[in-house]
Amino acid sequence: MKTTTIPAAYVPLVDAAPLIVAHELGFAEAEGIALDLTAAPSWSSLRDMLAFGRVDAAHMLSPLPVAMAMGLGGIATALSAVSVLSVNGTVIGVGKPLEDRLRALGYDFDFVDPFKAAEALAQVRRGPIVLGVPFPFSMHVELLRYWSRASALGPEGIVIRTVPPALMASALAAGEVDAFCVGEPWGSVAVERGVGALLLPGKAIWSFAPEKVLAVRTNWAEAEPDLLARLLRATWKAGRWLADPNVHAAASDLLSRKAYLDVPSELINRALSGHLIVSSRGAHRQIDGFLEFHRGAATFPWRSQSRWIAQHLCQSHGSGNPTADTIANVFRSDLHRLHLSMLDPDLPGASEKVEGAIPRATPVASAGGRLTLLPNEFFDGQIFDPSAL
Amino acid sequence: MTKTLSIVVVEEDQERAVAIVDALKEACVCDVFVVGNSSGLARKIAAHVPDIVLIDAGNPTRDVMEELTLASGPLERPVAMFVSGAAGGLAQAAIEAGLSAYFVDGLAPGRLKPVMDTAIARFAMVRQMRSELAETRRALEERKVIDRAKGLLMKAKGLDEEAAYALLRKAAMDQGRRVADVAEALVTASGLLG
Repeated sequence: MKTTTIPAAYVPLVDAAPLIVAHELGFAEAEGIALDLTAAPSWSSLRDMLAFGRVDAAHMLSPLPVAMAMGLGGIATALSAVSVLSVNGTVIGVGKPLEDRLRALGYDFDFVDPFKAAEALAQVRRGPIVLGVPFPFSMHVELLRYWSRASALGPEGIVIRTVPPALMASALAAGEVDAFCVGEPWGSVAVERGVGALLLPGKAIWSFAPEKVLAVRTNWAEAEPDLLARLLRATWKAGRWLADPNVHAAASDLLSRKAYLDVPSELINRALSGHLIVSSRGAHRQIDGFLEFHRGAATFPWRSQSRWIAQHLCQSHGSGNPTADTIANVFRSDLHRLHLSMLDPDLPGASEKVEGAIPRATPVASAGGRLTLLPNEFFDGQIFDPSAL
Repeated sequence: MTKTLSIVVVEEDQERAVAIVDALKEACVCDVFVVGNSSGLARKIAAHVPDIVLIDAGNPTRDVMEELTLASGPLERPVAMFVSGAAGGLAQAAIEAGLSAYFVDGLAPGRLKPVMDTAIARFAMVRQMRSELAETRRALEERKVIDRAKGLLMKAKGLDEEAAYALLRKAAMDQGRRVADVAEALVTASGLLG
């Protein structure tokens, strides 16, 4: 088989692991492709690289291709999310001043209860809480808005600002932001530098939130179905490899290399193992499903996820039609199923589901009959039924 | 009479900033403001009410700019990055030059083009200088390592310099690797063996 090179971009984060692992552990090679990986300095430059054809695939914030399809943010190249690369994996944290006031209040940093965290924050805040996020179109923003609307924080109680993750610690120190929501390892890095403490994992807001997707240009997906199939198989196998707890130490070492994340392996292992240290006092918390690459059909791009994102983007930005089929079509459950069904008999039979309606692990219909979906709930018990739109 | 263009350049390096400002002032009638990287970037940019914002595509603070493109962002007038039309062709050239540009909606392409042409040329030049500098540094590092490896071989095997280099080159050819890589492996191994 002739090896074809696929240029691909990622932002250095733990959840870029499926692309890095596919390249480093030979999953790409086994499919007859070589990944030429580029670390992007920012999400906007990653988006431009993909939109303008410098790369053919990218590790992307799940709301970004949906926002582009809705005409938000300036660039309108049609993108397809052909796979979900990771589910969950973000953390919400506070800077030192808020941490101290929360401690004085007796807050125990349980890292579990969003209602309790919101009530404590509402008591100690002096004006709206300014939260740093990596990008305006991100699951971080949507989770924070969702949390504030349904809790004591209130929608007017928070202000969201874009801060590049690498500058988050200095923005906290300078008082530009009071708190943050970032992908790992940046939350753990803030704890390690002693500038903040972790309040909640992102999954406490939505327990099965699609965080990053594998995005390609829609016209590339149509022109190169064979390459797309190989790319999908390679990243799917990398995700399956990452799901084994026995490989977490090895994967952490790999990701910690200078060429990739360039942070200590131990910090990366926290996200992979779900074993987080939430404050500089060393308090530990174990979170099941903190970051998923494979279990519960994590890679499957549900059209209902795309619709959920669209509806929330529409609420935040006051434009776009979240019910349009073109929006649901950004998440390509069709292509995912087409190219992976030979490899994985346990892909979901359906393409949409009611989001937030799975309180406990539940067996569902699949060709192989062995698919179990993981808990998928919003913290306030609401459900999102795409057919009711 | 058309209003003087207001341009903000986001650039930390003073020398580069001055070079860009000079070039822009020659190309058009404009006010150019330089803003360094900082956490309050969006607010500082908005204070200048710019028509155009230019920023290095490799700058991580660029994501802060995306806030300005939103209707609810801190800038009243919407800012877009190459939406379409006449500016579309400039986008590809800008990206290749490592430049990201944002401009207010409705800015006439005729006013945009001279600014963009100048900025693209300037950024392309800087990018080339940077990559040449990196290449020179790398070559210098490699020469140092090769010299050390030659020294190790001369000492261990009693060779003269030429024979030591020939040995390195042969090992590299046999293994299909670069001389510098073989030299580095030798230096590392020798360090470990003490």
